Amino acid sequence: MLKITIDGKATQVPQGTTVLDAARMLDISIPTLCHHPKLTPFGGCRLCLVEIKGIPRAVTACTTPVTDGMEVTTSTPQIEQLRKSVLELILSDHPNDCMLCESAGDCTLQELAYFYGAKGSTFEGERRVYPKRDGNPFLERDMEKCIMCGRCVKVCDEVQGVGAIDFTYRGFKSKICPPYEEDLNCEFCGQCVSTCPTGALTGKMWSLKGRQKDVKEVDSVCSYCGVGCNLTLNVRNNEIIRVTSKPDTWNEGWLCVKGRFGYGYVNSPDRLTKPLIKKNDTFEEVSWDFALDYISSKLKEIKKEFGADSIGGLSSARCTNEENYLFQKFIRSAIGTNNVDHCARL
Amino acid sequence: MGPGGIASGGGEVLSAFETLLKQSNLSAEIKDRCSTHKVGCLGMCSMDVLVDLFIDGKKTTYQKVNAGMVQRIIDEHIIQGAPIAEWITDEEYDNFYSKQIKVVLSDCGVVDPESLASYVANGGYKATDKVLKTMSPVEVTDVMTKSGLRGRGGAGFPTGLKWETCRKVPSSQKYIICNADEGDPGAFMDRAVLEGNPHAVIEGMLIGAYAIGADKGYVYVRAEYPLAVERLSQAIKEATAKGFLGKNIMNTGFNFSIKLKLGAGAFVCGEETALIASIEGQRGMPRPKPPFPVFSGLWGKPTVINNVETLANIAYIITKGAEWYASYGTEKSKGTKVFALTGKVKNTGLIEVPMGITLREIIYDIGGGIEGGKALKAVQTGGPSGGCIPASMLDINVDYESLAKVGSIVGSGGMIVLDEDNCMVNIAKYFLAFTQLESCGKCVPCRIGTKRLLEILERITKGLGREGDIELLERLSKDIKSASLCGLGQTAPNPVLSTLNYFRDEYEAHIRDKKCPAKVCKDLLTYSILEAVCTGCGACKRACPSAAISGDKKKPHKLNADLCVRCGACFDVCKFKSVTKE
Repeated sequence: MLKITIDGKATQVPQGTTVLDAARMLDISIPTLCHHPKLTPFGGCRLCLVEIKGIPRAVTACTTPVTDGMEVTTSTPQIEQLRKSVLELILSDHPNDCMLCESAGDCTLQELAYFYGAKGSTFEGERRVYPKRDGNPFLERDMEKCIMCGRCVKVCDEVQGVGAIDFTYRGFKSKICPPYEEDLNCEFCGQCVSTCPTGALTGKMWSLKGRQKDVKEVDSVCSYCGVGCNLTLNVRNNEIIRVTSKPDTWNEGWLCVKGRFGYGYVNSPDRLTKPLIKKNDTFEEVSWDFALDYISSKLKEIKKEFGADSIGGLSSARCTNEENYLFQKFIRSAIGTNNVDHCARL
Repeated sequence: MGPGGIASGGGEVLSAFETLLKQSNLSAEIKDRCSTHKVGCLGMCSMDVLVDLFIDGKKTTYQKVNAGMVQRIIDEHIIQGAPIAEWITDEEYDNFYSKQIKVVLSDCGVVDPESLASYVANGGYKATDKVLKTMSPVEVTDVMTKSGLRGRGGAGFPTGLKWETCRKVPSSQKYIICNADEGDPGAFMDRAVLEGNPHAVIEGMLIGAYAIGADKGYVYVRAEYPLAVERLSQAIKEATAKGFLGKNIMNTGFNFSIKLKLGAGAFVCGEETALIASIEGQRGMPRPKPPFPVFSGLWGKPTVINNVETLANIAYIITKGAEWYASYGTEKSKGTKVFALTGKVKNTGLIEVPMGITLREIIYDIGGGIEGGKALKAVQTGGPSGGCIPASMLDINVDYESLAKVGSIVGSGGMIVLDEDNCMVNIAKYFLAFTQLESCGKCVPCRIGTKRLLEILERITKGLGREGDIELLERLSKDIKSASLCGLGQTAPNPVLSTLNYFRDEYEAHIRDKKCPAKVCKDLLTYSILEAVCTGCGACKRACPSAAISGDKKKPHKLNADLCVRCGACFDVCKFKSVTKE
């Protein structure tokens, strides 16, 4: 264990802990934009600069490993001035049209600018202009709002293992984009959206559906597959307007394209909510009891007439492991055949 | 022959000697005794092409030779034994070399860079033999520490300490990297060494590898140096074939191999952590330090990164001893340093001087003073990371500490001489434009901060400067220096801060009076024609691209300021000094 003192508070941390992690353990807040606890440290936004005794210049807390006996100061007038300058530089190349931004009220940049009193006009100058042009139905990329924190690049590479985007160009023209600046052509998992600290990456279907402050968060489980990722449904006026996932869930807040963007069926008028039985060539609504009784009697009939092996069961990857277990148990024990399979094998 | 010599016609001169020596009616005896050798850069670019003629051990040097002069040299000097006095180098040439002390460049221009045999004949690989057979790694790092050698790439970190630190880190795999990504505008020291004596760099890496316990090395060399790449690859191939690289070197059981990695043109890849990322196949973006590469470098393994010039010193230090090396230089800056002397100085070229020499000696004794008898204004050292030293400080010693004290750096060795015709705001703008383009984009202060600095400088040079701009430049410069991730951003504002420090009046003249004292900034100039002097020759009228000048033949012409695009063509073309620029 390594001893460390931060702003006069002493603690002990294991080898490999960063100064930022140690500070958070002590409930000392250090502002960050490019840091994400699940991704490798980047050190690009420079907001987490701290002073460490014995090191002549301020260093980034997110990338500096704790050494034994380290003494850290997280806030001095000089450091706060640097943070404010960094924020003002970011804002000098940012649209600053928060009133129209999808992420207003849920934006780390906006919040930090507020607390630091950072203005966009201190360092006026040229702004990057990029047309929005992605043809995909899921991700909205407004690169004028991008602050180049690199979290999207890292999550795509380190978590999703896809690497669909990366840094390109140099200097002021540096930007994050797919190869050859083509339209995004990836899994559309939206992990990048979930890690973006600004409004640069949002969901297209979230547009104008409501601010984060107005949503009711309903925790649920994704119904798309047996993995069972934990979801948080963002509900406004009894309609799901966005799906997110919390970092303290077993799926660590990560979702796939279906879980994140495939919620349209919930409120769809085409959605079946009751069983249908075909009578005289048309489907008619029936109760669940009726439907189950009907299936049960039909299966019994078939088994009696043609034998158990004339029946087969095919289950779905959208069921949980427990449901799949019950299903094969039902086919083997209740029906009495080994004709059971699963769609994931196809 | 380096690219400078080749561009001046070195190739033609060489082939003229080769052909004419074969064809001329020379006696067989002379023919057999004559041979031609291609050597690396001799340093004095302004006198290219230089030819050293050796007859019975006596050297004569001809300057500014072209292929047409070769026949006469052969006829009169080689055959008749009568040197051609008017073509032989003069006092200027002797002055250029008299104050130089050559260590790194001692064999450049002597050995054939494309021949291992030539390097060995000049004492090459003797240091390797000594190190591998008689010295322990600790003894090697001790010699380096005692020699006082410091990194020649710019930061000046003690080489012995770097090697010793890496040697002590326990690891089954270590690397040594030669940083040959020389990128400062106006700097060509490392290129000359790689092209003129590549084996010296290989030998330095070999000895370094032995000292730290590495068996693999990389040379990260920029692809824009094709001749250096070619000679280096050939040298590595030849050294491997002859057993100076590879397995069981000199039967000592020591293994070491070198790979070349070509840089794709990013200046930031000269920064060691970005360089490592680039070798690993990542985008060349710096990583925060700590951890330092000696602990966790290439692929997370302990790695030493040394600059070309640093490595080229090693073999000489081993052979001649740490005391010999430390006898040159000052108390804290030992040895010699190579500089690329460029700009408004008479004798431009590559020089090697002992640390602590004064700037005056470099510019006036070696460089021969300012071209055209103009007044020296400042000397820019250290490239985009450096600063401008004003003419009033000419007696300053050139070493790490003294230059740092006045707001500049030794850097990798660029030295640009500026005269009264250079606008200091424009100089700062030039360097900022460079660093802004070359910023990797990773950290905010460098990516956006340098852009804003550049924009302020641009508006000042356009006559749109505002009150408060100087203060804004100062504040922003300090913030960028303190908050940037790597050396590029941390030093990028130096050209602004040093020119502001010594030439604040020029900034003020631009902002308040809308005047450029050096008459460089186009938007602040007014051209007019002195009617009393104008002869009406019409030269200016013909040269004007925007039809701003009118007048009849042999009558004074007039310049319409509204149409003038301030290109200066009229000013340049007027023989009677009737066009004025203010």
